[in-house]
Amino acid sequence: MSPETVPKLARGMKLREDKARAQWVVLGPERMFVPDEIALEIIRLLDGSRSLAAIADELASRYAAPREEILADITSLLDDLAAKGVVTA
Amino acid sequence: MTAPPLALLAELTHRCPLRCPYCSNPTALTRPGEELDTATWSRLFVEAAELGCLQIHLSGGEPTARRDILDLVRAASEAGLYTNLITSGVLLNGTRLDALAAAGLDHVQLSVQDAEPASADRIGGYRGGHAKKLDFARLVTAAGLPLTLNAVVHRQNLDRLPAMIDLALALGAGRLEVAHVQYYGWALANRDALMPTRTQLDAATAAVEAARIAHRGRLVIDYVVPDYYATRPKSCMGGWGQRFLAVSPAGRILPCHAAESLPGFDFPDARTTTLRAAWEASEAFNRFRGTGWMPAPCQGCARAEQDWGGCRCQAFALTGDAAATDPACALSPHHALLAEALDASDRAGEGFTYREPARLPPALPVPPLG
Repeated sequence: MSPETVPKLARGMKLREDKARAQWVVLGPERMFVPDEIALEIIRLLDGSRSLAAIADELASRYAAPREEILADITSLLDDLAAKGVVTA
Repeated sequence: MTAPPLALLAELTHRCPLRCPYCSNPTALTRPGEELDTATWSRLFVEAAELGCLQIHLSGGEPTARRDILDLVRAASEAGLYTNLITSGVLLNGTRLDALAAAGLDHVQLSVQDAEPASADRIGGYRGGHAKKLDFARLVTAAGLPLTLNAVVHRQNLDRLPAMIDLALALGAGRLEVAHVQYYGWALANRDALMPTRTQLDAATAAVEAARIAHRGRLVIDYVVPDYYATRPKSCMGGWGQRFLAVSPAGRILPCHAAESLPGFDFPDARTTTLRAAWEASEAFNRFRGTGWMPAPCQGCARAEQDWGGCRCQAFALTGDAAATDPACALSPHHALLAEALDASDRAGEGFTYREPARLPPALPVPPLG
């Protein structure tokens, strides 16, 4: 994925609150992913219009962390989720 | 405190237009008049979500044989469950499918019996079924629903696994389940006609590994080596009473859909027992939960909490003792039974005993459809 890519949850993937286990999960066909805190924050920003660059801008404004570092981290995380079929470009 | 289940398998009916000889339904099929009604199923869906289930699999039989399938999908979705329809696809048209999507259906799993139409129709015991399934798959993707293709494989179709992978890609499936037949119930009665050869199995495993790399990011392939060629058992259901529960058409609450094949159980009745009471407090769910019940060689085994002793139904079907180590394990004193079954199937023919309500107990094999 590049900074211009606009990622979104893949078809059939849904972010849901799992109250019984006090966590959030991404549900898919016979599958389930439990995102960690950072992944959850990124997945919540996948609205089908934000690019990777825009997500990095948003997170850089929320946290006092270098934007380029954030961009590299979210690119690697989203590439991983794409390979698992959770996210598509 | 018992950890809550992740998913409910709702077997809505045993009615089905297909007659697959490896059907996972019990050999004693439930009559339509004994099925739970809409209100009871809807209550169970809410109970499942409150108990901690995240997903529901609406299955059967053929779940769309229920006239209230639209109401049931809506009830499952409104309960907050990720709603998966496991179907043969031969009873639904586009209008009805669109209505299911609008009612909140999240995903469709469609079975195919082969990639070659005549063979697929013969295996399913339903002429013209394969063509209907292909039409249905196109309707699913046109409705914007994610599609999984489920291919049950065995000696009589395994050579065409590469063609089944191509079919999944051509139909726009995001996921392919390559499911080796599990030999209980109907499938056990047809074991000699279905058991793959070692050569077939090795070719299939290689085909899956190559396809996973070639179609990475486009098609997810689920595949498990079948028990009869394994040296360690599968972690059946992720452990008895640990992750899943099933409800039969007549309302029995079960740790797995095949559990009614086990003798000496009083499975809770969903008409009079809540899912929570069944899950947390029933003797049936607690009997094989955890590791305390395990005999040697499971007891103390380093893998005891990985495979949970394997499959109780297989242990019973092959040894007569539901509490025995699954014979799929090389450490089981009964492991040689599997090699003997492979040997017997080498010399067997291809005729099936089809799954039919009137055919109980399994009768003699019938010749292939003309």
